[in-house]
Amino acid sequence: MSTLTLRVGSVVIEVERRTAVVSAVLVGLAAGLALLALCHGQDWATPAEVFTALTRGGESAFVIREWRLPRVAAALVFGASLGLAGAVFQNLTRNPLGSPDVIGLDAGAYTGALVAITLLNGTAGQLAAGSVAGGLLAAAVVYLLSLDSGLSGLRLVVVGIAVNAMLTALNCWIVLRAEIDVALAATGWNVGSLNGVDWAEIRLPFAVIGLFVLLLLVISQAVHQGALGDEIARTSGVRLGRLRLLMVLAGVGCTATVTAVAGPVVFIALAAPQIGRRLARAAGVPLVPAALTGAVLLLAADLVAQLLLAPVALPVGVVTTAIGGCYLIWLLSMEVKRR
Amino acid sequence: MKTDLPRRATLLLGSVALLVVAAGASMAVGARPVAVGEVWRALTDFAGTTDHHVVRDIRLPRTVLGVCVGTALGAAGMLIQTLTRNPLAEPGVLGVTAGAGFAINLGVLAGVTGSQAGQLGLAVAGAALAAIVVYAVGRVSPLRLVLAGVALGWVLTGVSLGLRLTFPDVFDRYRFWSVGALAGTEQTPLLLPVLVTVVALVAALATTGPLNALALGEDVAHALGAHVTRVRLAVLVLVTVLTGVATAVAGPIAFVGLMVPHLARRLAVDSIPWGMAYSMLLGPLLLLVADIGSRVLLPTGEVPVSIVTAFLGGPVLIWAVRRYGAGAR
Repeated sequence: MSTLTLRVGSVVIEVERRTAVVSAVLVGLAAGLALLALCHGQDWATPAEVFTALTRGGESAFVIREWRLPRVAAALVFGASLGLAGAVFQNLTRNPLGSPDVIGLDAGAYTGALVAITLLNGTAGQLAAGSVAGGLLAAAVVYLLSLDSGLSGLRLVVVGIAVNAMLTALNCWIVLRAEIDVALAATGWNVGSLNGVDWAEIRLPFAVIGLFVLLLLVISQAVHQGALGDEIARTSGVRLGRLRLLMVLAGVGCTATVTAVAGPVVFIALAAPQIGRRLARAAGVPLVPAALTGAVLLLAADLVAQLLLAPVALPVGVVTTAIGGCYLIWLLSMEVKRR
Repeated sequence: MKTDLPRRATLLLGSVALLVVAAGASMAVGARPVAVGEVWRALTDFAGTTDHHVVRDIRLPRTVLGVCVGTALGAAGMLIQTLTRNPLAEPGVLGVTAGAGFAINLGVLAGVTGSQAGQLGLAVAGAALAAIVVYAVGRVSPLRLVLAGVALGWVLTGVSLGLRLTFPDVFDRYRFWSVGALAGTEQTPLLLPVLVTVVALVAALATTGPLNALALGEDVAHALGAHVTRVRLAVLVLVTVLTGVATAVAGPIAFVGLMVPHLARRLAVDSIPWGMAYSMLLGPLLLLVADIGSRVLLPTGEVPVSIVTAFLGGPVLIWAVRRYGAGAR
């Protein structure tokens, strides 16, 4: 495959041409969707109005800058973050099903966030710390329970599904305990939603996600080596134990921070890495296409959630759950056919 | 085998006794605790006090439905685990419950669930469709079957939740039902669901003989004179009917059919008919205990019973995967 070579001072980055093209197309797609999402709302704003509002202000500036822009930014950053988390875990488990939303890490992160809200004050910092701790704890439990069969294989996935069911039940209980209006909580719980996101809510999560992405950037070379197999990774000087620990930390951090703000949003972490991998025709599960695909997917799903039954805005989690299930069935039936 | 009879009969009687105790507790425990003696008087010598009304009009129907749903789920779990020879199989895990629930949701939306019989019919049809889809996708291995079921469950619960959030008024009456709970079922007419369940249970007991033969392998079953295809079809019909009825009454409740057969088989040691009998007793026992828990766990109201069963059932699924899933891919 042909490669492009970028030189910035003494740093040389080699990128496969196809990956570069795919990434550029995905960025373009995300920009187009973002523009559409900024235009769409109670009143339709023309693209020209959106540009004026963003650059100079104007009559619709408040709506677009303070209401629509944070939602679009959240969808893009959270989607990318979920895509990255999925790619990290699918690399770790070498299994397209081993993504954090399927094996209960999102549910664990949500438990941590709920504990932070109900038992502590629920400040943004506590929320972030609680969700990461919850996600790590869930990861540790799933890992320990499937230790004797190794990380790969379906056993880990089914153990994760069981842990997911228990944690989801626990989350429902916490939500019901906290809510006075029990009936209302009973319908809407445990679905990720971007409804009503504002800047104040997402500033800290963005910073935290930035930190974890930085960590991933540092270890990304080793991650790609690790994806080629334990032996190859070892001979090229990768310390596997430490690498895996860092990967789990970064992956859980990326997915947990999103969950703390938006609730569990499934499917993005499951599908984005696989779609990105197919688009880029790469070995292993590459990180950059996964992140970009995730951003596009979550933004598109959020748009669908708003448009589908307008003026009722569905939680985006409803859309992603339904699509994610279809995708999972398709994935399984393809594997059955291959036999 | 014959020498086991006293032991098995003792276990059976013990299960019955436990079930009676659980039923008594289910009528005594709640937001308004009623003494056991008072429960007995309410049933035998009705005097019209508030306590008596609570027991007779609310807790008794709820307990009867709990027994009905629990028995149906326990028996369905035993049937499907025996038929698929898959220790992870369960109507809830396999998405059959979600199929039944989704069909009812659609029916409510289309306005065709006025009659209880119509609701039952829809639930059974939905359960059957879901079972066919999951089997087609995941038939190659036990773990894949579970994954296919979970995936289908995602799709159906996602769409159902979307429907409920979009049309809150239409689904207001089904608020408790939609999350899998016995609360709010007190006014349900008992006759039809109980009747259907009893008929299906008798049929389930009747299939245990041929199933026993089938468990030895298809060739042996043929040699023993069992109609393999017919038995399979009958079992699948029974599973969908039992799951459909249970779901139509109480909403989607998972994991009861997973936990009960494992314990029942331990007690029954290799005998499928005895295992079925134990399942039919342990199913309602488990559901009643979970239902009592669902009333106690929340100071301000009730937790849906499906949450309690999920919390209890998760560890059992993990145990079963670790015990039976070795080497399976």
